[in-house]
Amino acid sequence: MILLYLTFFILLPLNSYAESKINNSNYFAAIIFILFVFVTLLITYFASKKTNKKENYYAAGGKISGFQNGLAIAGDYMSAASFLGISGLVFLSGFDGLIYSIGFLVGWPIILFLISERLRNLGKYTFADVTSIRLGQSKIRILSSIGTLITILLYLIAQMVGAGSLIQILFGLPYDLAVWIVGILMIIYVGFGGMIATTWVQIIKAFLLIFGASVLAFLVFKEFSFSLSNLLSEAIKVHSSKEEILFPGKLISDPISAISLGIALIFGTAGLPHILMRFFTVPDAKSARISAFYATSFIGYFYLLTFIIGFGAIVFLSQNSIYLDESGGLLGSNNMAAIHLSHSIGGDLFLGFISAVAFATILAVVSGLTLAGASAIGRDFFVYVVKKGEEDEKKELIVSKLSSVIIGLLAISLGIFFEKQNVAFMVGLAFAVAASTNFPVLLLTITWKNLTTNGAYYGGMIGLITTVILVVLGPTIWVEILGFEDAIFPYKYPALFTVTVSFISIILISIKDKEINKIKNDEKFNKLTKIAYLGKN
Amino acid sequence: MKKNTIKEKSYLKFIFLNKLIAFSFSIVVLLIYFSFIIVIGFAPNLLAIFLFDSYITTGIIVGLSIIVFSIFLTFLYTIIANNFLDKIKENVKE
Repeated sequence: MILLYLTFFILLPLNSYAESKINNSNYFAAIIFILFVFVTLLITYFASKKTNKKENYYAAGGKISGFQNGLAIAGDYMSAASFLGISGLVFLSGFDGLIYSIGFLVGWPIILFLISERLRNLGKYTFADVTSIRLGQSKIRILSSIGTLITILLYLIAQMVGAGSLIQILFGLPYDLAVWIVGILMIIYVGFGGMIATTWVQIIKAFLLIFGASVLAFLVFKEFSFSLSNLLSEAIKVHSSKEEILFPGKLISDPISAISLGIALIFGTAGLPHILMRFFTVPDAKSARISAFYATSFIGYFYLLTFIIGFGAIVFLSQNSIYLDESGGLLGSNNMAAIHLSHSIGGDLFLGFISAVAFATILAVVSGLTLAGASAIGRDFFVYVVKKGEEDEKKELIVSKLSSVIIGLLAISLGIFFEKQNVAFMVGLAFAVAASTNFPVLLLTITWKNLTTNGAYYGGMIGLITTVILVVLGPTIWVEILGFEDAIFPYKYPALFTVTVSFISIILISIKDKEINKIKNDEKFNKLTKIAYLGKN
Repeated sequence: MKKNTIKEKSYLKFIFLNKLIAFSFSIVVLLIYFSFIIVIGFAPNLLAIFLFDSYITTGIIVGLSIIVFSIFLTFLYTIIANNFLDKIKENVKE
């Protein structure tokens, strides 16, 4: 089956890109991509011999080094949305794009300071391992598996739809086929190779992406003799908004929305299950910190590059009719800025390379998501809710692997179903759910003595439900998708409210909780604190 | 008995120090980020001043600096935790 798909790549050059006014046949992109697939499938094959053990399947045996994990985290986190989306945003509105990238970055220091080492010391495979040390197993596992599945499904749909349209444009494949290819590959990586294969897919992708973006930014910067001021002055000459692109613009005209978005990005990042899971792949707290440091460095460096790439795209693409459609917009949407720029500045070969990198980027992110979903079902739900904590490694792994297939198929069907929909809000919603459900429960478990199971469970659920309701009633769904005149909830980003609601509910319900044995609860908290700071032995 | 309370004390001191460092670092990051957002929301002109007789604005300098400074803070924290704090941890453990 894979061979069949691969032949498609060889037979189909970059049709639609070639059909546009750019004359090229991008076999080079296909070759690089096939090479990537070949290497990653080879790794998956070797990994599959080890994934009959839980610790290998969920956590790559805990043998990944801090540096490797830092790269893998960067590969897990930097989606095509951040590469293409943010450079597209800078292309469209300049400085405002930078505000977004900063929001996506500052969650990382917070993860390092508050979460990473405690998570590593306390947990084994999923973040619910941590919360369930002191809280009642089944309720907490139900909450975290629901939180995980909602987060990763929303994120997956957005990725799949993005992947479909991107591959359609780049490789000229039909949308459905593109979604199937991504889906099947990710099922193979995750289903057979588990965390080992996923880690290496992410490491290779991160390396390719950082390398590709560095070369692209270097080529742009060279044209302006490495002067940022020269680049900016050329950009404002050709951009329709002129000097405005250097100032804060429309993106943040409303401070409440801006703060709310910031909260979603920071605390959401610290509550993303596929990211948290990565910290279990390193051997100890020391390497957990090192991973978070490297991840922050790679991601931060990458965002500096996207800023230059975005401004470069303004200079090289805005007035170049090859890359524009009839209405003067960028061919195939603003998200194509980095892709077109690579062609404009580096020719067909470089375009091929960047296209293949974009494809690899999508694969690495969806694999991480699928694995997090599969472990939520196989471990949190199957072992601790259905089997009440009775462990059976063989059965658990069968359920987890099967879940990865089901999640994959679900992602494929939803990706096809949502083809024509606006899915950009789904990433925002995923971050909002992670920030209002996973993060408060995790943080309070580690830091607050009086937290109780009921507090975490009902409070977390209230946070989750509030988030979904406010997003549905907000401008994006209520007005843009459902077509009502006015939004019932006026803000696009609800996290400021939902995170507050979640924390307050968890705290109030915990304080009022009569079922709890105070002494026992304190004892459990002290034990948890000891492990969190000193490690298991 | 007496030995135990000394142990207990050094353990509690270690936890306190750990939390103090983790929370101070977090607060610095959050303060910087949200001040940035609030300035953008309420006084965007502050970030729209051209500097050094060039097209580089205060906003661009501040924005890029936040990225670089975040990386620096994670570096600093990792160094402190992996050397200084981990040494105390080994002592406390014994």
